[in-house]
Amino acid sequence: MADENWKPKILAIICNWCSYAGADLAGGSRIQYPPDIRAIRVMCTGRVDPLFILKAFQDGADGVLVSGCHFGDCHYLEGNYKAAKRMFLLKNVLKNIGFDDKRLRMTFVSASEGAKWAKVIEDVVKTVKDLGPSPFNELAR
Amino acid sequence: MAEVKKNEEPRIGVFVCHCGTNIAGSVDIKSVVEYAKKLPNVAVADDYQYMCSTPGQNKIVEAIKEHNLTGIVVAACSPRLHEPTFRGATKMGGLNPFRFEMANIREQNSWVHMHQPEEATAKAKDAIRIAVAKAALLEDLIPKSVPVEKAALVVGGGVGGMQAALDLANAGITTYLVEKNPTIGGRMSQLDKTFPTLDCSQCILTPKMVDVYRNENIKLMTYTEVEAVEGYIGNFDVTLRKKARGVLTTEEAEARGYVGGGCNGCGDCEGVCPVIKPNPFEVGMAPRKAIYIYHPQVSPLLYTVDFDACVKCGLCVDICGDKKAVDLNATDEFVKIKVGTAILATGYDIFPIEQKTEWGYKRYDNVITSLEFERLICASGPTGGHLVRPSDGETPKRIGFVLCAGSRDNTGVGKPYCSRFCCMYSLKHAHQIIEKIPGAVPYIFYMDIRSFGKMYEEFYYRIQNEGAKFIRGRVANILEDPVTKNLHVNAEDTLLGRPVDVEVDLVVLAAAIQPSAETERTRRLFGVSCSQDGWLLEAHPKLNPCGTTTAGVYLAGVCQGPKDIPDTVAQAEGAASAASIPIHLGEVELEPYFAQCIEEKCAGCGMCVNLCPYQALSLVEKDGRKVMQVTEAKCKGCGTCGGFCPGGAIWMQHFATPQIIAQIDAFLLGGEQ
Repeated sequence: MADENWKPKILAIICNWCSYAGADLAGGSRIQYPPDIRAIRVMCTGRVDPLFILKAFQDGADGVLVSGCHFGDCHYLEGNYKAAKRMFLLKNVLKNIGFDDKRLRMTFVSASEGAKWAKVIEDVVKTVKDLGPSPFNELAR
Repeated sequence: MAEVKKNEEPRIGVFVCHCGTNIAGSVDIKSVVEYAKKLPNVAVADDYQYMCSTPGQNKIVEAIKEHNLTGIVVAACSPRLHEPTFRGATKMGGLNPFRFEMANIREQNSWVHMHQPEEATAKAKDAIRIAVAKAALLEDLIPKSVPVEKAALVVGGGVGGMQAALDLANAGITTYLVEKNPTIGGRMSQLDKTFPTLDCSQCILTPKMVDVYRNENIKLMTYTEVEAVEGYIGNFDVTLRKKARGVLTTEEAEARGYVGGGCNGCGDCEGVCPVIKPNPFEVGMAPRKAIYIYHPQVSPLLYTVDFDACVKCGLCVDICGDKKAVDLNATDEFVKIKVGTAILATGYDIFPIEQKTEWGYKRYDNVITSLEFERLICASGPTGGHLVRPSDGETPKRIGFVLCAGSRDNTGVGKPYCSRFCCMYSLKHAHQIIEKIPGAVPYIFYMDIRSFGKMYEEFYYRIQNEGAKFIRGRVANILEDPVTKNLHVNAEDTLLGRPVDVEVDLVVLAAAIQPSAETERTRRLFGVSCSQDGWLLEAHPKLNPCGTTTAGVYLAGVCQGPKDIPDTVAQAEGAASAASIPIHLGEVELEPYFAQCIEEKCAGCGMCVNLCPYQALSLVEKDGRKVMQVTEAKCKGCGTCGGFCPGGAIWMQHFATPQIIAQIDAFLLGGEQ
């Protein structure tokens, strides 16, 4: 457990149609959540190249969240399925190199789930805080 | 591919919005602007009270000219709200509008970290740094214009769908109106009277049904469902399933060479049909034959064979004789149409209120739903308009109305939302029984009476004065007297602060509504999102209540959320207006987020070709080797190909790999260490 003042660096890559809209709704509803996430918007989680996540970890990210539409709800039919597959594989790769795969999370938050978005962030931040700084953190500097 | 200006030194302008105190209340704007000024590639950083205002936008226009900027970053609200605004300002300043990037420091920052100013400020700085990194790499993009098919589709033939179809048709647009039932009319045709004017529902609806049927621009397709949808705004390719109806129209009969044949609605077939099953139009309270019309005022007047019930005895075929209208070997047919825009008006179903077991629906004979009440009180209903108790056929004198039956219910069994029209129709029901049954007393058990519309509150007062008894309290349970079949309604009268037990002859549950059974399937076909309750999600709850996030698809009526007839018709007219705009413009611009192949890197493996859900990619021979080629008109810009390409050979315009990597690096490596 890291010290309480430690602020993790967590990258979120989120899709324009569901999770980004859900995050906007959390804002519109003034639902408060931890400020440790920085979000990058893509049109679809299908756009998320595993390279992006590896690059983020290489750069010293303590956690990465990829969030898209629910299955069956993808604005582009099936991008989220493909993203989920890639994240599953990538988690295995991370595990195999001895990196805690809990630092990578994929969630599904719809445009109407502002409250769920806040819960997801709380949960991701807690998970990463419990894990402490990424082992790559020092290397990245 | 858009031309990338090589070797150009990026000069970015950063503009931070206060949004009054919405942002400035938690984010230290001054410190953010000072920070932005020191970021690499930033030529100018400024702030303003309201960046979206005319002076705010002018700041952008002037700065582009003054500092010869190559990219713009505005840190303000969500790009889902104001990206078009600032793209416009960027364009006015003489830059390509796609050289604009937005940093969301309101919805995803100041509003969610309201009591953490330090963290919010740090997060805003990071967001701007990330946006600047991307803006430095943005390129000129040219949106692609595509022609719009001059035809529209309306799914659902209730009052909302009919109104939308009529408006579109009257604006000169060929409109396909698709309805799953054998007739148009929808729920409204099941109602007896409408509140607060007490118009007869059918009397005001049937003229509209006739208008729809006669309108030359409306291609009415009843007993038809949407099977598949492909394409995008302007060019939707829709496959419709014409369910096997077993009865030919005059035109269909003529096409088969039976001149003068086809169904004329005489009803002889119904007379001889030996099969009887419950009539869903009468909520199961009347019989229906296996060959039937939905109700007397159907449009089109055309019989339908219920093949689930039909025993194929052939009596109907015999009696139809030379008209040869009945075809018991009919099968489903598929029709392909092309439309520019589509309106969903898929309506609602009644929540299965038997799930609220404490009220005894389907257990006690004399507990009915309000839709059953509508049919029982309606002159064309199964009892000819005489309200009777199901248990003994007697006329009830004391009638209990249970409002919010399944609505505003957080127990997990019912629905958390207000179904919005139950208060008003229950008041109307109370009026109807007072009017029709001398000495009848309605007891209305309510939580709140929500009479918010025009002349609604006045109607409420009227019913109070007519002698209806109002008891404020949610009904705890209903118990049946096993001998008399009377019902004891138990509730707490919260105004008197004591429990009440009212014996009544009949209970009417104002059951909650829920999205119709087809809504989920239909919305997925069109790629429309839904809220947690299953209602279809509008593009913006206030400013775009008819649109959806799928360009070219609009919403009308209850499918978007509970609403009464006036609101449904109003929204339908709004949706029709919105759906007609692209059609009248003749062409629409697609966001140019297309995939592009970097041919030097492409190994021609073809992995991307199979990943594309739109068949937009293909392999072609070029200089003796295979490379991928993009059909831009089919590409929707999801980037699924770009997220996979092992060679990094796909350039996703506006979301290119170097741009995203720059954002990641800016976040993790570029900050104050």
